[in-house]
Amino acid sequence: MIRLDRRPEPSRAWTIATPFVAVALTMVAGGLMFALLGKDPVEAIRTIFWDPLFGDFASYSRPQLLVKAGPLILIAIGLSLGFRAGIWNIGAEGQYILGAICAAATGLAIYPAETWIVFPAMIVAGALGGLLWAMIPALLKVRFGTNEVLVSLMLVYVAEALLASMSLGLLRNPEGMGFPGSRNLAQYPSAANLDLIPGTGLHWGVALAFAAVIVGQVVMTRHQLGFRVRLAGQSPRAAVFGGVNPGWLVVVCMGISGGLAGLAGMFEVAGPAGRLSIDFNVGYGFTAIIVAFLGRLNPIGILLAGLLMALTYIGGELAQLQMNLPLAAIQMFQGMLLFFLLAIDVLTNFSFRFGRRAVA
Amino acid sequence: MSNIDPILLLSAIIVVSTPILLAAIGELVVERAGVLNLGVEGMMITGAVCGFVVATATGSPWLGFAGAALGGALLSMVFGILTQLFLSNQVATGLALTLFGLGLSALLGQGYIGVKGPVVPDLYLPGLRDIPFLGPVMFRHDAMVYIALLIVALVWLFLNRTRAGRVLRAVGENHDAAHALGYKVVRLRLAAIAFGGACAGLGGAYLSLVRVPQWTEGMTAGAGWIALAIVVFASWRPGRLVLGAWLFGGATALQLALQASGGVQIPIEYLQMAPYLATILVLVILRAGRAPGSLGRPFHASS
Repeated sequence: MIRLDRRPEPSRAWTIATPFVAVALTMVAGGLMFALLGKDPVEAIRTIFWDPLFGDFASYSRPQLLVKAGPLILIAIGLSLGFRAGIWNIGAEGQYILGAICAAATGLAIYPAETWIVFPAMIVAGALGGLLWAMIPALLKVRFGTNEVLVSLMLVYVAEALLASMSLGLLRNPEGMGFPGSRNLAQYPSAANLDLIPGTGLHWGVALAFAAVIVGQVVMTRHQLGFRVRLAGQSPRAAVFGGVNPGWLVVVCMGISGGLAGLAGMFEVAGPAGRLSIDFNVGYGFTAIIVAFLGRLNPIGILLAGLLMALTYIGGELAQLQMNLPLAAIQMFQGMLLFFLLAIDVLTNFSFRFGRRAVA
Repeated sequence: MSNIDPILLLSAIIVVSTPILLAAIGELVVERAGVLNLGVEGMMITGAVCGFVVATATGSPWLGFAGAALGGALLSMVFGILTQLFLSNQVATGLALTLFGLGLSALLGQGYIGVKGPVVPDLYLPGLRDIPFLGPVMFRHDAMVYIALLIVALVWLFLNRTRAGRVLRAVGENHDAAHALGYKVVRLRLAAIAFGGACAGLGGAYLSLVRVPQWTEGMTAGAGWIALAIVVFASWRPGRLVLGAWLFGGATALQLALQASGGVQIPIEYLQMAPYLATILVLVILRAGRAPGSLGRPFHASS
């Protein structure tokens, strides 16, 4: 008989080892899945995890690693704060879209004037857009006790409709010959979010993501906010007695995650994407949830998890091109990773015992 | 507005609300057992693709629905095993289930985009269908509409009038006490989760076989999340669940009718927001009752 015994305190070794074991198991299970699809599993795994970094076309795909990891890390850092406190912002995708819409609208309002103020104004607009969109579920939760998971998620669909409306109507490129989508902000020098070092993919958003990792680490370990967040997550009652106002915590956590998601949207629309269009959002807000958990809700972990997830994205595209592997298989692969992580996580808090229960 | 036929509109509400109702009644049972499964959307879309694939392969929509229920239940067991045996976080696992289900369904449905499925016939109810007004609104639908309502009635009976139903509620209210009384908490919850998965699968198949009817990626478009919202709105009571589903169906059917009539000068994108905004509004206005006491808490016999 196999039993689970609760550990007196979470195992530190397993906390760190879990993601690595999960990745290894996902590779095995994913390989089986690829084999079932009639593809060579070893080649598929190599195409996804190795080729983007060291393959024949690595010089093209390597910069993409930072471009894709940037928004994932930025959003996941924000989400991890709330997740630790038991506040579930699932609508980062919507906040990301709103950040992009507000930033693009600000940039386009000033177009074509060339002044230094454009880029900072867009940053502020992007952060505010995401923050205000996140305030809807936050304030509804505080005021009416509505469930933030459901409200923030509903607002993703509203944001997607708004994005469609903006790229077909108000923000459509007047010189775009009727095609949907806004002007290309990457070609508007004052608004463009270009690579800081050409050819690396390291744009302002990626730099901010790295900064967010450092600030996040400091806040979590050294700042009072981090203490309150951890306290609220571990024991909401103790937190209330300790002077943490739960409503205040909801607003702060949702605000920070919304603002960071909005910023991610801003840097994307001004840089890699260049313009608003109906298919502007590609699911970073949802993948960031996986990144946050894979990184153990820890800033350093999120940095590594974000890079790994970015790798699977690029590798997935490569596998689609070279091996005709469906892109959906990569989505499944990412979902599987999260499953394995959650399953193995049991070892952090419990230990397996074989045999009968000892007499206590 | 003038060219919207009220009979057609009301009849559309019944059809639009059916998939949500199916998914929601399953989740209601799961939550009454004290488990929060946020993977409804993932199970629904998996049901949609399983139902469509089986129905086109066999030519029988009923086998399709059976396949969808089975697919949904199987997928829900991934959630069940992780949360009940591996004691994983229910919120995170539910989200993972949704992400996984969206990927899985896209993979399974690859060859079926644009394929036409078998037609689900309307149930012929002589007499009832000829009642003025009520006939065309209520009694000229396919059998799944009535099966969904029947499932709701049976769930009500089960929860309120049977011993097993009361045990399930006890487990949901306080799993430690239920365990102390000798009830099998984990086994019961696994059964509830499987039932929830099967219902979500049926709801998804209703989308791909009746409502749309074809397979497209991501076709559930948040229906699973709306089902979750309706469970909260209904205060975990089956009767109010029907009302919630019809309210939501009303918002959706009305915006579709407005789109089709072309009589109002509102861009389609804003009309499309209506069901989601209506759901939020309903969550805000109608304060939910008390949730089951053990909802979302992991159960371990040692603690």
